[in-house]
Amino acid sequence: MTEEIIIAGFGGQGVLSMGKILAYSGVMQDQEVAWFPSYGPEMRGGTANVTVILSDERISSPILHEFDTAIILNQQSMTKFESRVKPGGTLIYDPNGIIHHPSRKDINILKVEGSRLAVEMGNPLTFNMIVLGAFLKAKPVIKLENVKKGLEKSLPERHHKLIPLNLAAIEIGQENLVVVQEV
Amino acid sequence: MGELRLMKGNEVIAEAAIRCGCDGYFGYPITPQSEVMETLMTLRPWEDSGMVVLQAESEIASIHMVYGAAGAGKRVMTSSSSPGISLMAEGISYMAGAELPCVIVNVQRGGPGLGTIQPSQADYNQATKGGGHGDYSLFVLAPASVQEMHDFVVLGFEMAFKYRNPVMILADGVIGQLMEKVELIDQRPRWTNEQIEEISGDWATTGKRSNRQKHVITSLEMDSNTMEQNNLRLQAKYNRMKDEEVRYESIECEDADYIMVAFGSAARICQKTVQIARRKGVKVGLIRPITLFPFPEKIIAEYATKVKGFLSVEFNAGQMVNDIRLAVNGKTQVEYFGRMGGIVPTPDEVELALEQRFNN
Repeated sequence: MTEEIIIAGFGGQGVLSMGKILAYSGVMQDQEVAWFPSYGPEMRGGTANVTVILSDERISSPILHEFDTAIILNQQSMTKFESRVKPGGTLIYDPNGIIHHPSRKDINILKVEGSRLAVEMGNPLTFNMIVLGAFLKAKPVIKLENVKKGLEKSLPERHHKLIPLNLAAIEIGQENLVVVQEV
Repeated sequence: MGELRLMKGNEVIAEAAIRCGCDGYFGYPITPQSEVMETLMTLRPWEDSGMVVLQAESEIASIHMVYGAAGAGKRVMTSSSSPGISLMAEGISYMAGAELPCVIVNVQRGGPGLGTIQPSQADYNQATKGGGHGDYSLFVLAPASVQEMHDFVVLGFEMAFKYRNPVMILADGVIGQLMEKVELIDQRPRWTNEQIEEISGDWATTGKRSNRQKHVITSLEMDSNTMEQNNLRLQAKYNRMKDEEVRYESIECEDADYIMVAFGSAARICQKTVQIARRKGVKVGLIRPITLFPFPEKIIAEYATKVKGFLSVEFNAGQMVNDIRLAVNGKTQVEYFGRMGGIVPTPDEVELALEQRFNN
């Protein structure tokens, strides 16, 4: 199994840390992992994206032109990455702020109202974990127990008290994934 | 098995330095490798192993601090990115001339000049053909994974002391920023004064005792005849490296019609290109030079009579391609594909170039 994922949105949405938790969870599951961020001036206030690869085999390129799954969290990223989902692949997005919804007919399209749900949870910072939950529902490549271990590994100890909140957010994401199109 | 962690390439340089018993790091921050010193400052190795970590006032100062400490037989290192390495060039040439061991990490960015902060491999010629002045060579290692960033710090110090020569780890922004699983070595102690005496006692400036001649560390020699002898000794050393230390990885070359040659993160991209091309029925292989100096010219020469062509894939305007041409010596077609300025090509872009260059 190899799962090549792009997570793309605004800087500050928790894109990179969501990718990191996913990567750590992969390590907990004895998988090979790669996490490669866009870096540079574009990080400051602009778009942020990260490639995460989970695999049972040695990973070749961390630089990819197409992805099994794209997790898209703003319009700029939709414009950039919708076309780069492999045919038969999966696009998950938060419709908040999206003007041009995905139109491809050859991919699975799913959505999760992460921003709205995070506000409803009373903590906008849970946004990325809600989206992660939606991803795990769509693509159960990582066991939940390993995500918990991944959280423990990637969060500094002083933040461990936040793990239950994060797990609750993941659960909300799983429950609120909406299938728009299946191929 | 050692401790397993998920780490960035830059962070692991720092971790490996501490664990292999490095005595000192002297550097000056520059993107995309600032995490090296940042990590060292966070880990505070001076409290445990006594390793010195110092932010110098400039790259020029850093490399000369490395020179001084290396002269005392210590295991010391620095890291920088392209423009910073240019500033160090004089000191590096002096260290090669004075035959001082050290590890220098270059996490390359796009150039020339201040260039970009994005990944590049445009310092290949600088690393392998000098950079500083005079007839000298560095031992140059090109890591293609976070694990190799770790392993080559350890190997780098071994080679530096085996040959009394500066070693360069030529990485790039991709490997520096990439996070992967890495197995770390267990903490090794720093060398004691007695060990330094045993290992480097015949040249290091460890304090003159009455029973030995004084040790002079210099690259200066006023007598041309003696200087030529020094040059010959250096060249003999570089030739020994060529005979004994060439490292490379070959992937699916046995039945290949075409072979790509790429190092560092370009080689990772080309691994995927091999898969794409083979799915299309084109027999493509990959040679990944791990040592850029000494360059794996023999294996390339061997395949030169077997394949229809080589494609050198580099994040520069075509630098390593010249070394491939020398090794191939006209026996088959040699082409180049690359991107510059911090643009990293995707695997399908490389595959397209392969098709175009060889009209598959």
